[in-house]
Amino acid sequence: MLKKKRDKESGEIDGSSLADIAFLLLIFFLVVTTIDVDTGIGLVLPPIPDDIEPPPVRERNLLNILVNAQGMILIDDEPASLNNVRDRIKTFVDNNGADPNLSESPDDAIVSIKTDRRTPYNIYIDMLDEVMGAYAELRHQASMDRFGVPFTSLEQNSEQYDEIRDMYPKKISIAEPDEG
Amino acid sequence: MAHFKKKQAGTKQSIPTSAMPDVVFMLLIFFMVTTVLREVELQVQVNYADAENIEKIEQKRLVSYIYIGPERLSGNRLGETKVQIDDSLIDDMGSIRNIMYDKLMEEPRLIVSLRVDEDSEFGTITDVQQELRHAGTLRINYSTRREI
Repeated sequence: MLKKKRDKESGEIDGSSLADIAFLLLIFFLVVTTIDVDTGIGLVLPPIPDDIEPPPVRERNLLNILVNAQGMILIDDEPASLNNVRDRIKTFVDNNGADPNLSESPDDAIVSIKTDRRTPYNIYIDMLDEVMGAYAELRHQASMDRFGVPFTSLEQNSEQYDEIRDMYPKKISIAEPDEG
Repeated sequence: MAHFKKKQAGTKQSIPTSAMPDVVFMLLIFFMVTTVLREVELQVQVNYADAENIEKIEQKRLVSYIYIGPERLSGNRLGETKVQIDDSLIDDMGSIRNIMYDKLMEEPRLIVSLRVDEDSEFGTITDVQQELRHAGTLRINYSTRREI
């Protein structure tokens, strides 16, 4: 009697190499992935002026910063170095009417930035960085005084965040560029 | 005398690896979902400037990029400063406002991220900013790296 040989293979697919396949795919994605988060300095440009006159701003509430073609910085027509821009802005914004030449309140203070056509871009960014840094320090100080926590730890759009933000609103104006 | 046999621990000495593929697949799916393949072919050279007080833009959907820098020519040479939006170089500055206005209509909360080469002069950026103001896309962002 010849018995027919039964093949003893089970009907399942061998799953042991599945891990290897998945690892290969994983390594591929690990290598090509760039989690690309854009970082930078945010600004809001002023809208194109229409015929409506902008509201008059008192001279004391305006801090004019000019970065000229040589990369020199002028604050209210006096030369200033990049190192003391931050302190100048902090005293200007946080003046609260003490000095008659500086702002009446942080809410009124406007920092106006003017550039030349040949201004080097990285000097401009460094200067803008200092301006942002000044506001960041003021907000940090206010947040520590009022709530005892640094401003960066406050949640965005929470009441405390909005309160500090409204105490020191960033009023940064890009001056109209010169023609020509 | 009763004889006590020491009970042998009946556990195996090997860690079960049957769940390994599932773990790996989970990681794989995570990376597949978060992967962003570069969608823009850069035709200008952009070396970012450094800054300390920078913010992250969390909402990638809202961001549209404008690249400004010296044009890449063949043979590693650099040409004139050019403006690139999406995949094409812009020759006529006046056309920027229409492009950006269309983008603004699609996404009213648009943020324009300016990726500018650090050795550029500000005149070009001034022109682009004027165009953006005409288009009404007022929220901008100067793309910088974190200063170390």
